[in-house]
Amino acid sequence: MNTNGNTYTVIYSAVLVILVAAILAYVSLALQPRQNDNIRVETMSKILTAAGLYNTEEAEAAADINKFTIGLYNDNLQAAIYVNGNGEKTGDMKEVAGTSELKAQYDAMRKIGDNGDESLLKGLRLPVYIFNVNGQIIRVVPCYGAGLWGPIWGYLAFTEDMNTLDGAVFDHKGETPGLGAEIALPKFYEPFKGKQILDENGDFVSISVVKGGAKGDIHGVDAISGGTITSKALENTMRTWLSFYRPYFTNVINGEE
Amino acid sequence: MSNTNWKDVILTPIFKGNPVTVLVLGICSTLAVTVQLKGAFVMGLSVMIVTGLSSFVVSLMRNSIPNRIRIIVQLVVVSLMVILVDQFLKAYSYSISKTLSVYVGLIITNCIVMGRIEAYALGNKPIPSLLDGLANGAGYAIILIAVAFIRELLGSGTLFGFRIIPESFYAAGYMNNGLIILPPMALIILGLIVWIQRSIQKDLQEK
Repeated sequence: MNTNGNTYTVIYSAVLVILVAAILAYVSLALQPRQNDNIRVETMSKILTAAGLYNTEEAEAAADINKFTIGLYNDNLQAAIYVNGNGEKTGDMKEVAGTSELKAQYDAMRKIGDNGDESLLKGLRLPVYIFNVNGQIIRVVPCYGAGLWGPIWGYLAFTEDMNTLDGAVFDHKGETPGLGAEIALPKFYEPFKGKQILDENGDFVSISVVKGGAKGDIHGVDAISGGTITSKALENTMRTWLSFYRPYFTNVINGEE
Repeated sequence: MSNTNWKDVILTPIFKGNPVTVLVLGICSTLAVTVQLKGAFVMGLSVMIVTGLSSFVVSLMRNSIPNRIRIIVQLVVVSLMVILVDQFLKAYSYSISKTLSVYVGLIITNCIVMGRIEAYALGNKPIPSLLDGLANGAGYAIILIAVAFIRELLGSGTLFGFRIIPESFYAAGYMNNGLIILPPMALIILGLIVWIQRSIQKDLQEK
């Protein structure tokens, strides 16, 4: 057979490509549930880290890291709810909110910011995870925004006064390794513990990520050298999200949850 | 090819003709994923599987491949294997797949894979080709593991994540070498390995 003819070459490549596509499609569909589980468990581990409940070494030593994390999450979770931009509870959460869900809320927030359309606040679905840690109620809220190269997101854990941070954790899709990517490291997010988002008059000031060092500021943490754009983006992301959570936070402070 | 020398097929790539230290292929990932043994081990295993299976499949098809689109057909086969490995890692070893990140996808650009297909699989029967691919992948994996062993031990004081250097050393003033975590040190370690190999194997030395 002439394996160098035009017809043969075209048919050969067409059949090969269709065959390969079929194999890949099958494998991708077959493995998808497991892959989605892994992503969900990773989100849980981030939320638990923010709440100070997760010990990476302990989790990695566990026989089944997914089972361990889900168990830890379910044991400590008191409620996972959605609130809208007016601070009203709108429903219970069934699955942890993944980044695609956060992105949808982020887009909605930007729309509200652009139009100043307050009626859209009702339509927001902002996740709140409420944990009971040794009798102390810890509320964890996410944030999501644009970094330098791609999305950045994170979780902020608040103590009962809804002012003091109990912890925070951040992650990113593709910030510069060694620079912006350092937001995902403990040395960046651990100093968030104990910081406050309200000034002494009770006004909202959020957390600043300060270039050159926060120098003990109760409302600020150190920025990353060489990662200024990511640091600034993170600061804006936190400010935006926390401002939309303000009504809910106020309700909690006034005991009207 | 009934007189295939099995011993040569398997042993040459592991030492005498090692793809990393002798042919100097696959350097990029050798520098990037050798900070920890676990990552290096999985990466080595992935490359072994990809080279082995790609060589096997291409060898099965070798008499039917149109010569003009030979390289493209090889690429399709290699990328199929790479995507399969990537998908399985994401499903069954998520944390490692995050550590290896883009480097799994980049196995496709690893010259060892295409090199073995062109040089061996296209002209040999499937079983020897499979072994040749596996052996070359193993040669790559051994170097990766050797480099990662030194880097993790000196850089983090651990092996496979377990603490090797006792806490009392740290209390006495011992410190991990931060420099060894950085990619340039992997190149230096690799250079030392090449040096050792060349001093043992005199025929590699240029006159």
